[in-house]
Amino acid sequence: MEALLSLAVKAIFVENLALAFFLGMCTFLAVSKKISTAIGLGISVMIVQTITVPANNIILNYLLKPGALSWAGFTDVDLTFLGLISYIGVIAALVQILEMTLDKYFPPLYNALGVFLPLITVNCAILGGSLFMVERDYNFVESVTYGASSGFGWALAIAAMAGVREKLKYSDIPDGLQGLGITFISAGLMALAFMSFSGVNL
Amino acid sequence: MAQTRRKLLIDPMVDNNPITLQVLGICSALAVTSSLKVSFVMAIAVVVVTGFSSMFISMLRNQIPGSIRIIVQMVIIASMVIMVDQVLKAYAFEISKTLSVFVGLIITNCIVMGRAEAFAMKNPPVASFIDGVGNGLGYGLILMLVAFVRELFGSGSLFGVTVLETVNNGGWYVPNGMLLLPPSAFFIIGLIIWFFRSWKPDQVEEREYKIQTIGAH
Repeated sequence: MEALLSLAVKAIFVENLALAFFLGMCTFLAVSKKISTAIGLGISVMIVQTITVPANNIILNYLLKPGALSWAGFTDVDLTFLGLISYIGVIAALVQILEMTLDKYFPPLYNALGVFLPLITVNCAILGGSLFMVERDYNFVESVTYGASSGFGWALAIAAMAGVREKLKYSDIPDGLQGLGITFISAGLMALAFMSFSGVNL
Repeated sequence: MAQTRRKLLIDPMVDNNPITLQVLGICSALAVTSSLKVSFVMAIAVVVVTGFSSMFISMLRNQIPGSIRIIVQMVIIASMVIMVDQVLKAYAFEISKTLSVFVGLIITNCIVMGRAEAFAMKNPPVASFIDGVGNGLGYGLILMLVAFVRELFGSGSLFGVTVLETVNNGGWYVPNGMLLLPPSAFFIIGLIIWFFRSWKPDQVEEREYKIQTIGAH
């Protein structure tokens, strides 16, 4: 339990996907102009991340790993080279299914999050989460924890960024730095602040 | 024709740079810019993937049904990335270890998808290939600039060769450790954008609010 808690804190603060690994930067910069939209996107990322990381963990352990297909009688088949294409396929399919389910059973939620879901397929934070899960060899429980907490960390970062940007638009910025430039520099300052969490161990 | 092709290649490097103007593909690569060698490999990988995936998507553009085009593009891009990944693992294992997940993340690099969607779906293969290579190079250019600054001032070397002898090795240069940390990449890109936009003022974004002194019109 403690190990899981420590994993979660690490994924949220120390190894924040957006600010320490620059993942999901395109959407991070493009959709952080208003706090309300930023929170909507953040929640969608969190949901999708919590579903896709464990799903890819199952795919990896029962289909792709060397020897994983032994339940089907192939003991020495190694399909890890198909990893990238299957993870992205799983992500695209799950996002599509999630979108259809929300549309049918939870229309209010669909109205709030629907516009963000297609954006998420090409959000590097989602694929990045799955790839880190593979690289660090998490088991199923760890992958659920990692998915949920890394998604939460990303949501936290984008909500904070949107807060900064809402104030920033009133300030007098040099012409060349207007818009994108100053956003990068404020993201850098936020990343520095998040780095002060490093060394926190539970 | 030669003229337009040169324009396709050169344009994305300065006038229409994918990073500084189109805000595409910042995602995966900034974490790899702390050393020039790694960024160089990453830049080549991206050039190869954007070039060839644009070419193949453009060859198939009349066969791809509109409703499932994103998934078809994704599969083509993912196959290109898998090839690059396997080649790196076979011939440059050390570097592929440092790049870790970032080679895989070229799949979701918005430059590749963006060019596929915006250019390759409407243009013939050769032009798409050149456009892809041009955008890959524009991206690589920024990557190398950032890596140059970070490696030179962060660890006093270029491509692993010592240029500024650091204090630890008995030299005179005190390395700026912050440049090896991830946040520095944000600052350097911010400054590069400032530089590009002061050089080409038509790239400057509109202000949402303007500060005015009372009485001045």
